[in-house]
Amino acid sequence: MKALRIHDRDRRFAASRLGSVLGSPNARGRGPLSLDTSAFQQAPTTEWQELKVMLSGICGSDLALIEGRASAYFDPWVTMPFIPGHEILARTAEGHRVVIDPVLGHQCRGLPVPDDVSAPADGHDYSHMVGGQIEPGIQTGFCCSAGGGWAERMWAHPSQMHSVPESFSDEQAVLIEPVAGAVHAALIALRSRDEAPLLSVIGLGTIGISTVAALRHFRPDARIVAAGRYPHQLEAARQVGADVVTRFDGLARALRRLTGTAMIGPDTGGGADSTLDCVGSGDTLRTSIGTTRPRGRVVAVGMPAEVTVDLAPLWHRETELVGAYTYGTEDVAGVRRHSFEHAIDVISSFPSPWLLSATYPLNRHRDALAHAATAGRRGAFKIAFDLREEN
Amino acid sequence: MPRPGFVLDVDRSTPPMLFWHGERFSLERLPADRSRVIYPAEPHPGLRDVRAEIRRAIAEPLDSEPLAELLNPDMKLTICFDDVSLSLPKMRRPDVRQLIVEAVLTEAAAAGVDDVHIIAALGLHRRMHDHELRHVLGDRVVDSFASSGHLYQHDAEDPDNLTVIGTTDHGEVVEINRRVAESDLVVYANVNQVAMDGGWKSLVTGVASYRCLSHHHNPQSLENTRSLMDRHHSALHHSIWRMGSVLRDHGPRVFQIETTINTDAFPSPFDFLSKREWEWTARDRASYLATSKSLDRTPTRISRRIFHSIKAPYAVTGVNAGFTETVHERTLAEVYRQHVVEVEGQTDILTMGIPFICPYNPDSVMNPILVMCMGLGYMFNMYRGRPLVREGGVIIMTHPTYREFDPAHHPSYIDFFDEVLADTTDPHEMSMKWERKYAEDEWYRHLYRTQNAYHGVHPFYAWYWGAHGRAWASRVIIVGGHPDTVRRLGFTPASTMTDAFELASDVVGTRPTITHLHVPSVLVADVR
Repeated sequence: MKALRIHDRDRRFAASRLGSVLGSPNARGRGPLSLDTSAFQQAPTTEWQELKVMLSGICGSDLALIEGRASAYFDPWVTMPFIPGHEILARTAEGHRVVIDPVLGHQCRGLPVPDDVSAPADGHDYSHMVGGQIEPGIQTGFCCSAGGGWAERMWAHPSQMHSVPESFSDEQAVLIEPVAGAVHAALIALRSRDEAPLLSVIGLGTIGISTVAALRHFRPDARIVAAGRYPHQLEAARQVGADVVTRFDGLARALRRLTGTAMIGPDTGGGADSTLDCVGSGDTLRTSIGTTRPRGRVVAVGMPAEVTVDLAPLWHRETELVGAYTYGTEDVAGVRRHSFEHAIDVISSFPSPWLLSATYPLNRHRDALAHAATAGRRGAFKIAFDLREEN
Repeated sequence: MPRPGFVLDVDRSTPPMLFWHGERFSLERLPADRSRVIYPAEPHPGLRDVRAEIRRAIAEPLDSEPLAELLNPDMKLTICFDDVSLSLPKMRRPDVRQLIVEAVLTEAAAAGVDDVHIIAALGLHRRMHDHELRHVLGDRVVDSFASSGHLYQHDAEDPDNLTVIGTTDHGEVVEINRRVAESDLVVYANVNQVAMDGGWKSLVTGVASYRCLSHHHNPQSLENTRSLMDRHHSALHHSIWRMGSVLRDHGPRVFQIETTINTDAFPSPFDFLSKREWEWTARDRASYLATSKSLDRTPTRISRRIFHSIKAPYAVTGVNAGFTETVHERTLAEVYRQHVVEVEGQTDILTMGIPFICPYNPDSVMNPILVMCMGLGYMFNMYRGRPLVREGGVIIMTHPTYREFDPAHHPSYIDFFDEVLADTTDPHEMSMKWERKYAEDEWYRHLYRTQNAYHGVHPFYAWYWGAHGRAWASRVIIVGGHPDTVRRLGFTPASTMTDAFELASDVVGTRPTITHLHVPSVLVADVR
C-alpha cells in the first residue's frame, strides 16, 4: 500500500522548520514526510472497517506539522509514525461513499461513552484521547494506530463514518469535514447573539470562506465583514455571503464605517460582536481583539501555535477569547445534529466545487504540499490528494 | 516688463519638457510638429511698500466709506481670513494676511473697538495648526488674541454658533457663523492666487455650514462650472453670488480686503522650475540634475518634507478694499492681467505633471483623491472659454499616485477610497448613495471639530471638483502611478509617456495633437 508517512520528530522536523523559514520550495521534501510502500497495517480492533480513500485534503494543520510549526502542546497527543490526512472521502467495502469525522473518541477506543457525549469530540474530558485500545492521538491522521487519508487505504471506526448524499459530487463531499469545522466555529461565534449581529471573519482560505458561508447559512440577518489578502479570496467571500470584503489592513476601517465608531490608534472603539480568526497568527489575534467590541467574542478558528500577542486590549475590553476545535453535536434552536449534517446543508447552499482547486496523486506530494502552502498566492483554496485511480 | 505667457510649438529642436511627478521630476520629449506647450507669464513685479498700499486701500476703499469711518467703540468687529489652503507653497513671512490684520487692528484700536474676534475662514477644511496660524497671522496677533479666545477657527458643525441669514431665490439656505452674522462689521483678509478665489466665495464658503455649502459643492454645479477660473460661466460661482446677495441685503456689513500675488513660487535652488526649458543655462541644467538625482535617492517622506518647507518669494501685486463685488472685479482684472495666455483651439490630448501639493494637503500627503482633484479639478480648469483639450479627448497626468493617506488630516479620505470608490467613481451616484453618511459620521465630525481633520464630506467635494474634467475627457491616463490605485480612481495606468500615447491612440488616433500645461503654471488659458 502506498502511503505518505511522518516518521521521527527531531532531525527531520528541524530541517523542515529551517527550510520553511528560508522559504525553500523543497523544504517539505526534506522534512519528516516520505512516500513509502508497505503492507496495510492490521485493524486496531475488529470493529474497524477498511476503507479505500478517494480524496483527502491538505489542511493548514497538516502543513504546520510537516513544517515543524505545530505547537509542542500536541507532542503527547500524537504517536509516530503516522499517516496524515483527516479530510477524507472514502469508499467502504460495500461501495458506499463516506466522509470521516476523524476525532478518535470513546467508541473508537472501546471506552465507555459518557452521557454527555454523542459525537467523538463532545464532552468535557479529553483524557480518553490518550487511552483505550489504540495509541494516543487526537484524530485519524495523527495516530499510528488509525492510519490517515494520505494513503490508498485506511481503517475507520463506524462511529466516525458519515454517509455522503447521492447528490453530492466527490469534490463537494471532501469539503464536508473542513466545512463542518467552520460550522462549529460559526455556532460558537453566534452563541447569545440575538439581534442582527455584526460578524467579522479574518483569513479567507478554505476555512475562512466556509466560515462566512456557515455564518450566512445560520444568520441571514447578520452583517458579515470578511478580511483576506488576495482578490480571489475577497470575491469568493462575497459570493458566499459577506456583505463587506476588505484587505486585512482595511478591516478596522471597514468595521468603523459600519458601526460609526471611532478609530483609536489601530483599534476601533466599538467593533464586531464576534470575530472569527481563521489564521491564528499574533497579528490576526491582536487585530481580532482590537476590532471586536468591548465584551465581544473572538473565536480562534485557525490553529494558533506559539504567538506573541499583547493582551492588554483583551483585558481592557473584557473580550471573550474562545477556541473552535473541529466539530461535534450542535444544538441549533433546540435541535441536536452533528456538525457534518449542517455542513452538508451549507455546502448545498453555495457553489463549493471551486473551493477544491487542484488535486494530485500521492507520488506528486511535494508539488501538492507546495501548492497548498502557497494556495493564496496562486489563486487557490483547497488542495487534495486524489486516489480514485489508484483504488 | 515681465514676458507674457505664450504658446510654444514643439519642433525637433525643442528640448524635453519638465514634468512634475509628485515629489520628483521627469523630462519628457513631446512629439514634434503636433505638440504645444503653454507657459505662464513671468512673475510680475510686486508693490514696493505693501503696508502702505494696505493703509491706502482701507483709507480709500471702493464703493465704501473708509474703514476708520465704519468703526466705533461699541461695535462687534470680526476679522476673517483665508486659511492654510492659500497660498501654495506658503509665502515667506510676513504673510500678507498678517499685514492686513495688523492694519485693521491698528485702525480698530484707534477707534476704541474692544470687541474684536478673529476667525480662520476654513469652511470644511482642517483646522490650522498653531505654527500655521503663527505663519499666517504672525506671533503678535496670535499671542494677543488666541489665549483670550478671540482668535479661533470656524466650526461648521457647531449648531449653537451657526445661524441662517436667509434663502436665495433658488432656495439655497445661507447659513453662516453666528458671530459673523451678528457682527456690526466683518473685515475679510484675502489672498488671491487664482481667479477662482475671493469675492463672495470668501465668506459664503469660509464661514458656512455643510448645509449651505452643499447647495453649490455638488456634482450638478461642478459639472456646469466652465470653468472654476471664470466665475461668469461657473454654476458654482453663480450660486455663491446669489448667496452673496442675501448676505449683502440681510447679513452684516462686509469690508472686503483682497490682495493679489505674482507667480514667483519657487526660490533657489528650485528656480529652474519656473524657467522655459530651452532657456536653461548650464547652471539650471546642473541644478535640475542635482535636484532630480537627489530626489530619486531620497525617501518620499523626506522629499515631501523638503518640498513642504519651501517658502515662496511671492510678491504682492495689488491690494483692493471696500465693497465685495467691486473689489473682486478689480482683483479679477489684476489676476487675469498676470495669468491669461491666449491659445488658439483645442487639442486631442492634454498633458500635465501633478506636483506634490494641492490646496488640501499643505504639510501632508497628496493622496490619490487629491491627485484627481488637482489634475481634473484645478489644472484642467485653468481655462476661459473652452478647455485646452477637446471634448472626448484624453488627459495624461504624471504622478506616482501612491496609496498613501495622512490619517490625521484626511481620515475620511481613507474610507472614501476603500469604500466609495470601490463602489462607484460617478460623482452623481456617490452623492446620492454615500455623501450623507460621510457628512454625518460622528467620528469624522469629532476629528474635524477638535483635531486637524478635513470634514467627513471633504473627499466628496474634492472628487466633485474634478467632475467637469472627468465628464469631458473620454480617458484619463496616469503615467508612473501605482496601477491598482490608478484603476480604483477609474483611470488608466501607464508606465511611460510613450505607453500613455499608445494607450490614448485608441481614442484619439496615432497622430493626436497635444497640449502640455507647463507646471508650475498658475495661468488661465484663454482658448479661442
